[in-house]
This record gives sequence, C-alpha cells and structure tokens, in this order.
Amino acid sequence: MAASRIVPVLLATLALALWPLAAGSYGIDFVTKTMIYAVLALSLELLVGTTGLVCFGQAALFGLAGYAVVQLSPADAPASLFWLLPASMAVAAAYALFMGALSLRTRGVYFIMVTLAFAQMAYYVVHDTPLGGGTDGIYLALKPVAEIGSTVLLDLGEPLALYYFVLGALALVFVFLALLLRSPFGRALAGIRINEQRMRATGFSTYPYKLAAFVISGAIAGLGGFLFAVKDGYVNPELLSWHISGSVLVMIILGGIGHLRGAVLGAFAFALLQEFFKSEALFGDFAKHWLLGLGLTIIVSVALLPRGLIGIGALLTNRLRRRVEGTL
Amino acid sequence: MSAPRAGLHPTRPPGGEAGPVAEPHVPETDVLLRASKVTRRFGGVIAVNGVSLELRRGTVHAVIGTNGAGKSTLINILSGELDASGGSVELRGTDITRWSQPQRARAGIGRSYQRTTIFPVFTVLENCRLAAQAGYQRPWAWWTDAAACHVCVPAARDAVARAGLAELQDRPAGTLSHGQRRQLEIAMCLATGPEVLLLDEPLAGMGAEETERMLALLNELKAGHAIALVEHDMDAVFRIADRITVMVNGAVLASDTPQAVQANAEVQAAYLGGSE
Amino acid sequence: MDLATFLIQCLNSLQYGLLLFLVASGLTLIFGIMGVINLAHGSFYMIGAYMAYALAPFVASTLGGGFFATLTLGLVLAVLLGYVLEWAFFSFLYGREHLQQVLMTYGLILVFEELRSILVGDDVHGVPPPAWLAGAIPLGELMTYPVYRLFISAVCLSVALLMWFVLTRTRLGMKIRAGATNREMVQSLGVDIKLLYRIVFAAGVALAVLAGMVAAPVSSVYPGMGNQVLIICFVVVVIGGIGSIRGALLAALLIGFTETFGTVLFPHAAGVLVYVLMALILLWKPDGLFRAG
Repeated sequence: MAASRIVPVLLATLALALWPLAAGSYGIDFVTKTMIYAVLALSLELLVGTTGLVCFGQAALFGLAGYAVVQLSPADAPASLFWLLPASMAVAAAYALFMGALSLRTRGVYFIMVTLAFAQMAYYVVHDTPLGGGTDGIYLALKPVAEIGSTVLLDLGEPLALYYFVLGALALVFVFLALLLRSPFGRALAGIRINEQRMRATGFSTYPYKLAAFVISGAIAGLGGFLFAVKDGYVNPELLSWHISGSVLVMIILGGIGHLRGAVLGAFAFALLQEFFKSEALFGDFAKHWLLGLGLTIIVSVALLPRGLIGIGALLTNRLRRRVEGTL
Repeated sequence: MSAPRAGLHPTRPPGGEAGPVAEPHVPETDVLLRASKVTRRFGGVIAVNGVSLELRRGTVHAVIGTNGAGKSTLINILSGELDASGGSVELRGTDITRWSQPQRARAGIGRSYQRTTIFPVFTVLENCRLAAQAGYQRPWAWWTDAAACHVCVPAARDAVARAGLAELQDRPAGTLSHGQRRQLEIAMCLATGPEVLLLDEPLAGMGAEETERMLALLNELKAGHAIALVEHDMDAVFRIADRITVMVNGAVLASDTPQAVQANAEVQAAYLGGSE
Repeated sequence: MDLATFLIQCLNSLQYGLLLFLVASGLTLIFGIMGVINLAHGSFYMIGAYMAYALAPFVASTLGGGFFATLTLGLVLAVLLGYVLEWAFFSFLYGREHLQQVLMTYGLILVFEELRSILVGDDVHGVPPPAWLAGAIPLGELMTYPVYRLFISAVCLSVALLMWFVLTRTRLGMKIRAGATNREMVQSLGVDIKLLYRIVFAAGVALAVLAGMVAAPVSSVYPGMGNQVLIICFVVVVIGGIGSIRGALLAALLIGFTETFGTVLFPHAAGVLVYVLMALILLWKPDGLFRAG
C-alpha cells in the first residue's frame, strides 16, 4: 500500500486505541459493536469486492458462529478462548463450505437469490430445531477467558479487555486480508471478478478459488459472530436475519467497494447513520420509524455514490491534485 | 501447483515443412493437436459435423468459412469451452476430449478471443503476469507478493516484449487502442507458454499497419507453435497459412494447401469470390 | 393419514402453490424482461393484504360495494402504483449492476415497511371472507373444506389461464415473450420498450397485490408477511428458472406440496425442507428447470 494510504489507516488505528480514554461506557460499547460489524464487513468485502460474488447470506455465517459459542460453552465454567474461538470459526467455515459448494453452481442473479435462501435455511434451523433456542434465543452463561494454567490472561467479560481484543482482531483481519489480496491467490480472485472466462482460458480452475474465498470469508464472518456473542452474552435467530445480510452489503457499498478501508469506513458510517436516525433528540416520536430514514439514505447513496465514501475521497484528492498541478 | 513449464521459452527447430507445400508423409510426433470427427449438436441443430483437423508444430492452419459455418464452435470445442457431442480431441497423443478448459490450458493450449478479453483495470504487464501465474499457481502462499514472483514476472516481460508492447507495459490495459489490445490478447496467450495457439479472429477490427504488425508476430510465433487461425481477412490468410480448412454448414468442404484451396472449384462456388 | 386428511392437504398444497405462483410470476417476469431483481416485490404482496383490510370498510361505506368491489379498487390502485413506481424509481435501475439493484430495492422494502407502519400501524389483523364464500363443503363423512380456499385456487387458476392467453395469443404477449428471451432484439425492432416495461411492471405489481388481497382472509395481515413470501418466491424462481412462467408454476406447486406436507409430517423440519429441495435441484440443474419463455 502506498504511504498515502497507510498513514490514514495507522492514524485511525491509533484513534481507536485511544478512544476508551475519552469515551464513557456507552461509547466503548458502541465502538466495540461497530468494530465487530467492521470485521463482518471485511469478510463480505473479500467475497463481493475482490471476487465479485454478491452474497446475500453473510448473516448465516455470522449467526451460526454466535450460536456455536453459546452451545459449545459449558454451563459451569468459562470456556477457554483458545479452543472456543477456532471452534466457532470452524462452524461458520463448515456452513460456508456447504453453502458455497452449492451456490457456486449458479451465476449472477441466481447466486444472490440462492445465498439468501441458504441463509434463510440456517435461520430456520436455529429458529425451529433444538439446535437453537427458538425465537427467544439463548444466553451465554459465562464469557470465555484466555488462561494458561491458572493465570487468567484475558477475561472477555471485562468491557475494556473485550474492546482491545476486538480492536486487535480487526487489525489482524485487516492485515491478513491486505496480504491475501496482493498474494497470487488474491490476484487470481481479482482476475476472476474482472473476467472469469479469461481466467479459465488461461488455465485457472476457477471453482476451487471461489469456494476457497467463500470459506475464508465464512471463517472471518465467524470470527465476527464469536465476538458478537461474547460481547452481548446472548444470541437469537435475528442474528441470521437477512436484514443483517442486507446491512453488511450496505456497509461495504457505503464505504466503497473494492477497498478494505472502505469496508471499515462503511461499518462506522452505517452505525453512525443508525444512531442518527434513531435519535429521539432529533426526531422525537418519529425516531421509532428510523428504518424509513435509513431506507431512503440507502437508496440515495447507492444511486448517487456508487463508489461510496472512498470514492468521494478519491474525487476530492484528484481535484486537489489537478488544481495543484495546474498552478505549478 | 506445478513447476514452470519448460515451454515458456520454446527453442525447438521448425517442423518438417519448409514452406506451404504439403508433404505426404509427416512424422506423427509433429502433430500437436488432433481433432477426429468432432461433432456438436445444439438441440436439433448440428453446428459442427464430423470435423477432423490436425495442428502441426511450425505451421499455421487457418479455418475459414461464412458466418455460422461453425468455426467459432469448433475452436470452443478444441479449447474445451464446449463439450463435443461426438468425436475426439487429442493433445500430443493423449485423449483430452473430457478435459476441462483450464486443464487443457495448463497442458499447453492457449486461446485468444474474437471479443477482447483482457483485464482493463490491470496494467499490461499485470495482465500477462496473471496469465503466466496460471502455470505457477501457488494459492497457499498468502504472505507473498504476487508482483514479485520470480517466475511469472520474467515470463510476462518476455511475452510483452514479443508482442511488441514493451513501452506500454505499465499502462492500464483499458487505455490501449483496439489494435494494441488485440496484441495484448496474444501476449496473454504467450505468457502461459503454450504449444498450441487457437486464435479467433486476431485481426478483427484492425487497420493496415496493425495487421502488418500482427502478421509479423504470427510469423515469428510459427516456429515454436502449432497455430489454428479463424479469420475473415482472406489476404492475410493466404499470406500466412500453411494449410487451410474451409467449413460450410458445420462440415469440412476442403482441407489443403492454400493454392489447392484457391483452385478448388467447390470452394470457389461456395465461398471465395470476393465476398464473405 | 386417512384419505380425507390427505385430500385436504392436497387442496391446501394446491392453494398455497397457486398463490405463490401468482406472486412469483410477477417477480420472474420483471426480471426476465427488464433484468431488474426486485427485493421489494414481497412488499407488494403485503400492500395487497393491507389494502384488503383497510379498503373494505371504505368501499362498503362510500361505494356500498362488497368484496369484489374492494378487489377491483385494489387492483386499480395496484396498477397505478406500479405505473408510478416504474416511472419514478425502477426505470433508474435498468442496466445497473445487480448489487446496486439489490440494495436500492432493499432500501425500498424498508421505506414501504415504515410507511405501512406510519399509515396503518403494526398490528396483526384478520380479514373476514365475504359471507357467501365463508362456508365449507363436506369432504368424506367427518371433514369439511373451506369454500374460500377453493375460491383462492380458482382465482389463481383463472389468472394463470388469463396470463397464458395473453402471453401466447396476443401481440402484447408476443412482445413480452420476445423481450424475455432477447431484450436488445426487441428494442431494435422498434417496439416502444418504455411502454412495454411499464406495462409489464404494473402487471407484476398487480399480480402480487391481487395475491395478497385474496390471501388475506386465510393468512391474516401482519407486518413480516412480505419478506416471508419474497424469499420463498426467490426459491420458486431459482428452481423454476428465471423468466420462465411455466417453470414458476411447476416450482410453485412443488414448493406448495413440499411445505404443506412437510409441516404435517415433519413439524420441526418444516421451514428447512423447501431449502433442502432447492439444494437438491441445484445439484441436478443449476440453471433451474426451464429456460425463459
């Protein structure tokens, strides 16, 4: 990445690291939740932005991992983070393998519809079968800890500890994806997005690449689900609802498709928009109809800003650069 | 997934034919791609009807015919994009009829398209580098930088240079002119180090100067490759082809040296005569 | 399961499947002809149901009409709504990437849901069927079957026949079918494509609204009904093949039977069965059962 891109990212990370000093408990909770959504958005960016697979079922992978956290945690003692985290990511990755293997047999619009349908399938599994807890959801009795021997290194029940853990996870995912995207695998995915036929004619078997992207994306979404379940200590079927899938898509298009920073930016922009429209201070009684404002914003921003907020940034820097070059 | 192919820099001597005179007995080892009685049906329509074809190293084999004669379908079957309804395709003696397109590409069949299929947002060099990566895929190496690949980058530079695009290699491919894009299309084919080249109308939409450049390139490439060429530009075909197959309604009308085809009365009646 | 119960479930399956077909046919037509994936299609179904609830008293008091008057008014409003929506919103979606269409129509769902919430509230409502359709016919010795459900099936079948007639026997239908298989060709033949699109869209909306209105007495009127039906419609379209009316009918009936008998035989797995069916068909035919046409 060029210096002009690394610097804002480092500044943002620093700002996030310092945020708890300035914010109260609500602020910490809000940013923790938003960072978790950013992890989810990054997972979708790998599928949509890099590989060109518009998946409308990301919530299933997110939610299934969350349910795995609760179902796999013993009732009497906190589980160890060291196995619970990979286990819940593995559950998400497994469903992503199933979902991807079948969905990738379809193309274009079919793919969008099929991923939505498979997510709905997972929704019904947690809603109707004993694997879930029905409409009411299930509670996590004790949050996992990271302990070696009898020393507790990290207690995720502590809001501040959880905040920095989530920040660390977000940073790790970001760096991992940045590396992945410039690797041979990542370049192949980009080629598949731009012209899959040409990739096949050149000698790439594209199905395994797409399936691998799906599974990796699922694992990262699972990480988000783990963090979410640990944060709230509670999961319910709405975590797998297509509203979540839709919201994540909105996040990445809002921030700017095709950029990792866009996914993170979009998550924060979306979270702030939600807070804005829900604010009773601004809208009084009408605030309960906040979905109206959100819906209109989605329509307008997709129509007018197809390249997202990053696109605006690029537009402005281009204008600035042209003006500077013009005067030299 | 595999070691870089030895064929990235072909240095074999030209095949047994010194010029456009067909020898009645050509060593079998020179036949790289053989199609035997290939047929393709779409519902009730027979698009390709029992076509047999041989591609030999060091030769250009042109396939001509009117629109709808089945030429592109034939190429699609040879490259693996379409399944054959009947008949077989062999590469260096191995039956590849059931092989997928990526498999065939990795085995040494390169293909260019009538409608340009480059990657417009990548640079010219990156286009070729990604193509070369097909022969040296290492998808597990997630920490490495693809742009620093010590196998793909030299292969790409070589392909770009051979296609005459060296000065443009850092330009986004989308900014190239039409003729340059067609050159890039060929370069991408070359980057994978194929032995067989299936070229679908490489001269389409080109002006006189660009056509000359492309023909010169094809002449250069002849030495190490077996080239199949679908073309409508008759002047170019007769200049460069060592063998011509004429297709009508999916079947082969004639398959011979250019002179013999030109003299063939049936071909003249059905096809040649100035118009396409 | 005795014969009478089996017969009842068959009739239920038929009714549910035909209703699904009505909604799904609009969705598949709109996508097949205009290339627009419309997530808000389920909202039209919801609007239809709420119209049946909200318009009935209005129609009764001002026009003195009953059920059919309400239906007619609802249909007229639906066509108007479709016409205006196409002109004001959907015409901007043609030619856009699928992702953009998905998100813009997703935003539209949110807008529709909230508008409904503001105008009519969030309560669940029952809608009584008209008196002369409220009875039941005997089936065997012990069971009866509601006449209204038979009425629903009859309406859907009639509309299906009407659709078949228009699509195969009229000039308009020919243009529509041509548009479903080759959009550019139809345009280059000089057909007024804008008008064609508007008509098709309005028809699609009307189909979904009619389905909602007719289904209201049986399914009740509740906020989430649009989204629920939408996703099942997606499954219908995936199984049946995009742009294919025949496929939509077959798939809708298949799903109707699967879901109805599934709920009776495997209550815990009922919600999942339809998706298992879809997965199996995808393994076998990734492009759906039929091509467009």
